[in-house]
Amino acid sequence: MATDVFEMGDIDIAWCPGCGNFPILKTLKETLTELAIDPKQLVMVSGIGQAAKIPHYLKCHFFNGLHGRALPPATAIKAVNPKLTVIAESGDGDMYGEGGNHFIHCIRRNPDITNIVHDNMVYGLTKGQASPTSRRGFKTPVQVAGVILEPFNPLAVAIALDASFVARASSGDREQTKEILKRAIRHKGYALVDIFQPCVTFNKLNTYQWFKDHVYYLDDSHDPSDRTAAFARATETDRLPLGVFYVHPKDSFEENTQMYREDKRPLCERDVDVGRLAALIDTFKMAG
Amino acid sequence: MKDPKGMATRRDVSIVLCGQAGQGVQTVETLLTRILKTAGYHVFATKEYMSRVRGGANSTTIRVSGKRVSALVDRMDVLVPLNAGAVAHVAERLSPQTVVVGEREVVADEAIESNRTLAVPFTEIATEIGGKIYSNVVAVGAVAGLLGLDLDAVATYVQRFFAKKSSEIVANNVKAVQGGFDAIGKLDVPNEIRLTFKPSAKVNDELLLSGAEAVGLGAIAGGCNFVSSYPMSPSTGVLTFLAQHGLEQGVLAEQAEDEIAAINMAIGASYAGARAMVTTSGGGFALMTEGVSLAGMLECPVVIHLAQRPGPATGLPTRTEQADLELALYAGHGEFPRILFAPGTLEQAFYLTQKAFNLADKYQVPAFILTDQHLMDSYYNLKAFDPARTKVEKHIVKTTKDYRRYELTRNGISPRGIPGYGSGLVAVDSDEHDEEGHITEDLDVRVAMVDKRLAKGEALRKDIVRPELVGPKDYKRLVICWGSTYHVVKEALGEMGRTDTAMLHYSQVYPLHPSTADLIGKARKTVAVEGNATGQFRKLIRLHAGVDVDEGLVKYDGLGFTVEDVVEGLTEIINHQ
Ligand SMILES: Cc1ncc(C[n+]2csc(CCOP(=O)(O)OP(=O)(O)O)c2C)c(N)n1
Ligand code: SF4
Repeated sequence: MATDVFEMGDIDIAWCPGCGNFPILKTLKETLTELAIDPKQLVMVSGIGQAAKIPHYLKCHFFNGLHGRALPPATAIKAVNPKLTVIAESGDGDMYGEGGNHFIHCIRRNPDITNIVHDNMVYGLTKGQASPTSRRGFKTPVQVAGVILEPFNPLAVAIALDASFVARASSGDREQTKEILKRAIRHKGYALVDIFQPCVTFNKLNTYQWFKDHVYYLDDSHDPSDRTAAFARATETDRLPLGVFYVHPKDSFEENTQMYREDKRPLCERDVDVGRLAALIDTFKMAG
Repeated sequence: MKDPKGMATRRDVSIVLCGQAGQGVQTVETLLTRILKTAGYHVFATKEYMSRVRGGANSTTIRVSGKRVSALVDRMDVLVPLNAGAVAHVAERLSPQTVVVGEREVVADEAIESNRTLAVPFTEIATEIGGKIYSNVVAVGAVAGLLGLDLDAVATYVQRFFAKKSSEIVANNVKAVQGGFDAIGKLDVPNEIRLTFKPSAKVNDELLLSGAEAVGLGAIAGGCNFVSSYPMSPSTGVLTFLAQHGLEQGVLAEQAEDEIAAINMAIGASYAGARAMVTTSGGGFALMTEGVSLAGMLECPVVIHLAQRPGPATGLPTRTEQADLELALYAGHGEFPRILFAPGTLEQAFYLTQKAFNLADKYQVPAFILTDQHLMDSYYNLKAFDPARTKVEKHIVKTTKDYRRYELTRNGISPRGIPGYGSGLVAVDSDEHDEEGHITEDLDVRVAMVDKRLAKGEALRKDIVRPELVGPKDYKRLVICWGSTYHVVKEALGEMGRTDTAMLHYSQVYPLHPSTADLIGKARKTVAVEGNATGQFRKLIRLHAGVDVDEGLVKYDGLGFTVEDVVEGLTEIINHQ
């Protein structure tokens, strides 16, 4: 497959120079290309924010919806047409803040989608307020004395909810990120990939260097099927592990709905069965 | 309605059953309406209930007739109080003509003016058979005896109704219904309660269903194959119905984590090519409004069933009201077109829900079905719906390489593609976007896109459903109503027998049919009947048709209008004019 199928050509990208979103975009394009995904079978779904603009910079179908609401439409798109590859990608504020409830329930529902979160520990688009993953003490124009809330731990939450696939990557390391993304996209069921992303404009605390100093990779001694170990790794705070934390293969939402048990056609290709409807109407004649 | 001679001219018998939640009032309603319909009588039933699972006071009103009946009346020809609190609950509706059937202690209530009380020991009979639990079926037997139904037919029906239960339970229920029937036989029953009108075999061939079921069937007929919702009375019946028949009818029904997720799922489903709907009530719909705006912006078809109940906020959870018209009309920020249906009959609930899917698809707009608790919970028999009369009109196109989702067209309707069908890419964006669906801050494009969306609003005007005029064409007075008040206003006007007064019922409340100004302008006096305190439809008419409706008859105590309410209210208004 040509390496440029996802290229948009000469477009105006609304990110600041040096932003960690750029390497994520590049890595994602490479991943999709290497996985030989057909852009005509790929739907990118996002919310609102800087990271959420990513579908505009890739050649594919996309649904750029509301702030915090990427996961419900992504779930539905996959359920209506399971032939599509669906990726829900947005920022940490979008996915974990405004969309926190959907995040929890999407994990429970387990649609076969990939959820990529650009975790820059700040709200970029609204100019630098704290996000759910901001570290304590982080000063912003709103959190003037520094963040006093405990940071949200997406990986620990996902593992606690027995998510099907949980991983963390860092935008600075494109090669490893690509490998993680490949596994996530290939995985059947909900796959979370939280990617550290420096915001060079509004987050002067969690810089490229900070991320370098604070991460390490899980090695072969980590067994991703061991949920307890995965949870323990996810709650480490001193240095933050990267890699695939947890994998639990299970049936996806679409499979569990039973809509595809007998009839494999996507919902969007089906028509009303007038005979069945007439039979159902008839049951109201016979007061049984 | 006062009828000293009794049955000779009586057109229907109105039976009220009242008891606490958990006493099986619902089962009695189901059994009696079905028994009566099976016997060939026309029936209507509707219930009012409290927001609790046990205790309180709930009642159902069942009308049985030789002609069609579809409206609620205050009048109680028969009252069956199932517990001590029941009489007090319906005391205002008692008249000297009311025959009261119940336990001795219960019918000995001082609120009962008539001496027409019949003491039947429901509990004692039930206990002898096998337990107190059968009391409500004893009551069914008593009512059947009172009406003079055929015991064998009733027993056969009861047997069939409980057929899935154990043989002991079936036998006990048959004994219970017989026990009630026999107990009545031993008493001195007022003759005029016996049904004298002719049963008809035709009724037997008709449907007996509720508003919730009619909307659910209409959705299936509309090609609905995706519904996501969050439970909220009184809209839940539609979700339950679609979930129960989902697998066989091809509808994916999902209980979302909240209403925000529900509507965003429905819009995602629609983007992917499904015919999607949500069903909710005021409080849930309030949460959905950001999604309504999204549907407007993305131009994604979506059908929103909004079953109204009293607000603000949680209001009266199980009661009825028509006060979310303005909410539905204005929900969502920004400007974009929409369609609002408000079915008044079960036929309309079916055919308009079906149509909502076609129109939402054709114009790529949100289409609403505004119902309320009264319509959701009302049952009556009616001619079978004809699926052949409905057609699922699909407007999805196969995309080409140069496909643009928001192509500018004269009528504002851009061909709608879906991902995976054709060689083009389908891009939708909640931000203002260009023809390709990409974010733009080009203000000229903004103006073009606003114009495009609003142009669809103009285009859809040719599909507006005409309001139904009932009564004399050369009317001097016009009574305007919308939604679930159809039958009650129609019957009230029939009752009043005025040859100068007609009814104009709107089953589509927005956009208003262009005939509105003429139809209303022609009348010398006009009254709008609606179930809210501020006359929301009257205001809508003023704003969108530019005519004033002279008077309003409103009700907002949480109960549906009764025929008596409307007769009284209209008579008073007419006398004052
Ligand atoms: C309902 C709603 N509330 C608030 C906003 C404003 N808003 C836009 S983006 C954003 C935060 C985005 O933060 P994040 O998801 O971390 O993305 P980033 O910009 O950092 O990539 C907010 C609050 C909005 N668009 N919609
Ligand atoms: S504000 Fe931050 S996240 Fe947004 S583009 Fe600039 S650097 Fe990137």
